[in-house]
Amino acid sequence: MVCESWKARLDTYLDGEVSEEEMRTFDSHVRNCPSCSADALARVQLKRAIQVAGKRFTPSAEFRKRMQQSIASKPRHSFRLGWTLAAAAAVVLVVGTLTSTYLGNRSGRDQVFSEIADLHVAALASSAPVDVISTDRHTVKPWFQGRIPFAFNLPQLQNSGFSLLGGRMTYLEQTPGAHLIYDVGKHHISVFVFQERSMPARLTDSSILPGKLSFNMETWGQGGLRYFVIGDASAANIDSLAKLFKAAS
Amino acid sequence: MDLSGANLQFDSFEELATPLFDQLYNFAHWLTQNREEAEDLVQETYVKALKGFSSFQLGTNFRAWIYRILRNTFLTSRKGLKVTMTVPLEFDEDEVVPELAIEHDTPETFLLARSSHELLQKAIDELPVHFREILLLCEVEEMSYQEMSDTLAVPIGTVMSRLSRARQTLANQLRPHSQQEAARRIARGTNHGL
Repeated sequence: MVCESWKARLDTYLDGEVSEEEMRTFDSHVRNCPSCSADALARVQLKRAIQVAGKRFTPSAEFRKRMQQSIASKPRHSFRLGWTLAAAAAVVLVVGTLTSTYLGNRSGRDQVFSEIADLHVAALASSAPVDVISTDRHTVKPWFQGRIPFAFNLPQLQNSGFSLLGGRMTYLEQTPGAHLIYDVGKHHISVFVFQERSMPARLTDSSILPGKLSFNMETWGQGGLRYFVIGDASAANIDSLAKLFKAAS
Repeated sequence: MDLSGANLQFDSFEELATPLFDQLYNFAHWLTQNREEAEDLVQETYVKALKGFSSFQLGTNFRAWIYRILRNTFLTSRKGLKVTMTVPLEFDEDEVVPELAIEHDTPETFLLARSSHELLQKAIDELPVHFREILLLCEVEEMSYQEMSDTLAVPIGTVMSRLSRARQTLANQLRPHSQQEAARRIARGTNHGL
């Protein structure tokens, strides 16, 4: 019953529409309350599913062409009208040529980020977030041998403020990868490693602030592998852990 | 001078409108539920937006502005009028909806239903238009409550209550399917790891 007041505002929290202070309080409660954590996970998954299902329709090539022709075929009555029509035609042309590739790739990229966020949330909400429980990288790294089709290095963490909790296998687009969970302060950070060639979309090295779920994320490619570091820790912490991995690889 | 002003205006419009074309089309198709009508709607929206761009204040929210044009164009179309006349709002929109009333599926049941992408699309399709549009603006376009308020021309409180009811309606539509799917999978013994 104590959770009723939290659950009453859970959607508003997940929509990112509460104050920063409330967001921190919510974060803390959700992490420590199995009931709210499970509820939040269900709602996040539904939000993600709607997001993917909602991107359903794309304009046809015929529509782009027809729109372009209909606007271009109109007579020029004046400079201003001519400009207006030319502008509209140009917009359609640019839209046709640029957005189909740009947005297509962006959509694929966003989907990858959404999946990564899902994997992170799902692991933390699980009663067994890691399959190999160890703070020792020399224990965790060999555990992946034979389980994933590639090898990678884990960084040394002395005096870094980070601690390794363990690892688990994960899948993205039916491709196996490694999922490592780290702690910094009271925050959990996930590091995902996949083979670059298995990525469903072309990704560039970047820092991402998805905003709505208050996760910071950084991704980069190195040695044929694609790394993702994600968590609700600060962007500086995410970047620090990413740098440790870059240095170790 | 006139030319440079026109170029400046066009550059701004192109810069603002170009990235939204596919999104606007997607939204239009969800509203009209018909490819031809969606194309007409987007075309009319672009014409109106370009025509009225001089009244748009640079620095304000262009996305909310052009979505509002699209939506108003839809609502005043024959289909839009038919939809709004045949689907009355059956509740007090200003009433704050207690989210406690919404029973969400457990992650397990939803994970089972999650594979049913088409089922979810069908459920969204079957939502009343005012629920469908707000859900898409929130989840697909990732608009803030303020942006949705600007787009739909309703107060933020109404955005919250309408969104809540949209989610509740969608969850109610999905629940029987996810329960059936769960039962089927368990019966088949394919409920691995759940």
